[in-house]
Amino acid sequence: MSANPNATTPDTARTSVTAPATSDLALPRENYLNAQYGLRSWLLTRDHKRIAILYLISVTAFFFLGGFFALLIRLELLTPEGDLVGPDTYNRLFTMHGIVMVFFFLIPSIPATLGNFLLPLMIGAKDLAFPKVNLGSWYVYNLGALFTLWSILHGGVDTGWTFYTPFSTTYSNTYVITAALGIFVAGFSSIMTGLNFIVTVHRMRAPGLTWFRLPLFVWSMYATSLIMILGTPVIAITLLLVAAERTLHLGIFDPALGGDPILFQHLFWFYSHPAVYIMVLPGMGVVSELVAAFSRRRIVGYRVVAFASVAIAILGFLVWGHHMFVTGQSLYTATIFSVLSMLVAIPSAVKVFNWTATLYGGAISLETPMLYALGFIGLFTIGGLTGTMVATLGFDVHVHDTYFIVAHFHYIMVGGTIMAYMGGMHYWWPKISGRLYPSFLSKLSALIIFVGFNLTFFPQFILGYLGMPRRYWSYPPEFQVLNVLSTAGASILGIGYILPLCYFAWSMRYGKAAGDNPWGAVGLEWTTASPPPTHNFDVTPIVTHEAYDYGQAPVLGEEARVV
Amino acid sequence: MRQDLPLFPAAASTGAHQVDAITYVWLVVAAFFSLLIAGLILYFMTRYRRRTPDGVGAATGSPLLLEVAWSAIPLAITLVMFAWGARVFFYIYRPPSNAVEYFAVGKQWMWKFQHPEGNREIDELHVPVGQPVKMIMTSEDVIHSFYVPAFRMKQDVLPGRYTTTWFQADRPGTYHLFCAEYCGTEHSRMIGSIVVMEPTDYQAWLSGAAPGQSIVASGAQLFESLACNTCHRPGPGMAARGPRLEGLFGHQVVLADGRSLVANEDYLRESIVAPAAKVVAGYQPIMPTFQGQVTEEQLVELIAYVKSLSATPGDGTPVSAEASRAGAAATGPAIAPGATAPTSRAPATPTAANPAPPGR
Repeated sequence: MSANPNATTPDTARTSVTAPATSDLALPRENYLNAQYGLRSWLLTRDHKRIAILYLISVTAFFFLGGFFALLIRLELLTPEGDLVGPDTYNRLFTMHGIVMVFFFLIPSIPATLGNFLLPLMIGAKDLAFPKVNLGSWYVYNLGALFTLWSILHGGVDTGWTFYTPFSTTYSNTYVITAALGIFVAGFSSIMTGLNFIVTVHRMRAPGLTWFRLPLFVWSMYATSLIMILGTPVIAITLLLVAAERTLHLGIFDPALGGDPILFQHLFWFYSHPAVYIMVLPGMGVVSELVAAFSRRRIVGYRVVAFASVAIAILGFLVWGHHMFVTGQSLYTATIFSVLSMLVAIPSAVKVFNWTATLYGGAISLETPMLYALGFIGLFTIGGLTGTMVATLGFDVHVHDTYFIVAHFHYIMVGGTIMAYMGGMHYWWPKISGRLYPSFLSKLSALIIFVGFNLTFFPQFILGYLGMPRRYWSYPPEFQVLNVLSTAGASILGIGYILPLCYFAWSMRYGKAAGDNPWGAVGLEWTTASPPPTHNFDVTPIVTHEAYDYGQAPVLGEEARVV
Repeated sequence: MRQDLPLFPAAASTGAHQVDAITYVWLVVAAFFSLLIAGLILYFMTRYRRRTPDGVGAATGSPLLLEVAWSAIPLAITLVMFAWGARVFFYIYRPPSNAVEYFAVGKQWMWKFQHPEGNREIDELHVPVGQPVKMIMTSEDVIHSFYVPAFRMKQDVLPGRYTTTWFQADRPGTYHLFCAEYCGTEHSRMIGSIVVMEPTDYQAWLSGAAPGQSIVASGAQLFESLACNTCHRPGPGMAARGPRLEGLFGHQVVLADGRSLVANEDYLRESIVAPAAKVVAGYQPIMPTFQGQVTEEQLVELIAYVKSLSATPGDGTPVSAEASRAGAAATGPAIAPGATAPTSRAPATPTAANPAPPGR
């Protein structure tokens, strides 16, 4: 089956809500997966969908590598005494866990895989604006990854993923420069992706697809891309300065050389706080899609949610100082960063309320992706609320650099971003692969992940308030019970992540054909074949409806129609 | 080790109770909103379950009132919590004027403490209950962080400068001291304890511990042995090659390049290890650096001594060369109008981290 020929007529969105029977469907004879054969056809492809698959393979490998480090960390913390690995090994483990997860999984995860695959499909384009830049970004990412892998194989880095000076520039005896260069290089792939997305959204929308008809996922990708191209150069320069001080002994950060150690933290967090939004905004975009599709209802407050993404992207650049409340910065500076951090929480809260309100009066189907989306909303709520707690100055002094912070950002990064990523993978997998995965098994794994996640990270809130600092290889014995709970949760969580890997792989060969639109969702990506042809659409679609128009949106005025 | 599974930490300082009050209110707010969202999700997903395969949701209106409400209410709550949190934050970081100064030097991987009476300790600090204690801290190497969970108090300890914080313990006991900023291999072993004692026990402990001279006396001794006095305290009739230090601390200093600053611990420290960085107006940059010749502990003693000079009578000596050479006691232009002599024990030190508090 090729693109739905009816897509060009105004009223088809209504008819597409009926889920087609999937029993006797077959995969389209020619699609992007089988259009060409051979390794060379993949490594030199310019098809955004194939590049998304390449990214998927890379980030999945890094996800499990980072997860392996996490598992060793949790095993070490099973007992108060450091007994599984030595302190130097432990320090390298949490450093490599952070670097791999943040820079090589979370930041590229949703944009480079789902974003790459879906952005052109969602806006009715044949590809991204710069297909060769897109492929180049994957090679750049892997080059950066090679640097980092090289330093891992040679013994790793022990500075923490935050590279705080002067420890990283003067005192650490590990492979700081190669790891920093790895991140530096991978940053360029972020910039390339961001640039590509921005130009694509501006220039390549289908006829009739106005800004306020864009799916919210596209809005969130746009906001994310803005942060990527504005913020990434700062971390790149900062890491170069670290390398310069380390090799040439230029006095930049080390006070013994005449530098200022706090300057590094300002530069680092100027990027790395917005980077939090690089990681979570795409997740929010995915959840907007899932909530709309499985409630069959337009997102309440569409424009509010869209602008909230942009507001978060902008405000996110003004709050870096909340990572430095206890560094000795002036009390007045801290006060300003605190109030700005409170402000950035509001757009996030508004999104949560709008998603919840969308459920009201919806026609809700609890398919696997929706389970992840609902899990995201709950966990992100806890992550966000604890975020405003730690933005409260007096409270933060106590919990800063403790497990409370660890729990908080894992609720955002894992409970938020990874839940959304998993939800998105389950939602669009039939489009990506053309096949269905086992429904029961996938729901079971969603449940396992939810339970395992909470068991892993909720005890860490209590641990942090009790005073257990981060990055401790050994700890006082009264913290043991909570650490054991956390480790138990991590092992459950691990199983929850391995299951989808297995059944996705299984479904590629044995899964039933999904059909064009297995969920009965609206959105241009569901009007083309599954898997789509290389050129995405046989006929350029013309958009006459709002996003998520499940047949009941107010009728548009004639002037809004583009024919 | 109080019990196997503690859920709330001991609170043993005046600040700790204020932080805990914030925590209780935040917990109620967070629990309310988490349960509200979770409850609504569970209710809606049951109540609005899709009945037929082609069912669609109700039309979405534009609930302007709701949008305003769920923006404004969280905003109001967070702003109230912000204001409260800032108040407690100012309390935590602004030492009262009667605080006694203790000194801490962090290094990989130990804490070195010095009492005002001169007693030294490693990884353990004894303090009296009920006494405001101001910590003046620096690091010999990387960034550390002085963290006492029972006091809900934390302050990064930086190389090359001083940071300060304070606490007033209100319950005798032994409490964890942690390094909270990752500092290398033995980071998790850079721990110790704060022993809070009844004042009488503390006095007994002080006199029982290795007797020493007070930190100011040690500083005075160093001042002589390093020959600081030859330039900074010339004999009668001799021209001063360096500015006089009496009455310097806490007062405004005019520099050769026209800038002016208030002399605080960081300025004194810099003037010892990098004298050329900020030269007082009217003097030549002839002072050699003492970088590498004095340890961080000795620096602390020297600074304590220089600070003590500001408490002596005859305070108000100008810090510019002309006035100094003339030996005039009159207030020169270099002194900030209205500047008063700090008290001996805890001058409200304006440092980069902690602007001078208004009189408490």
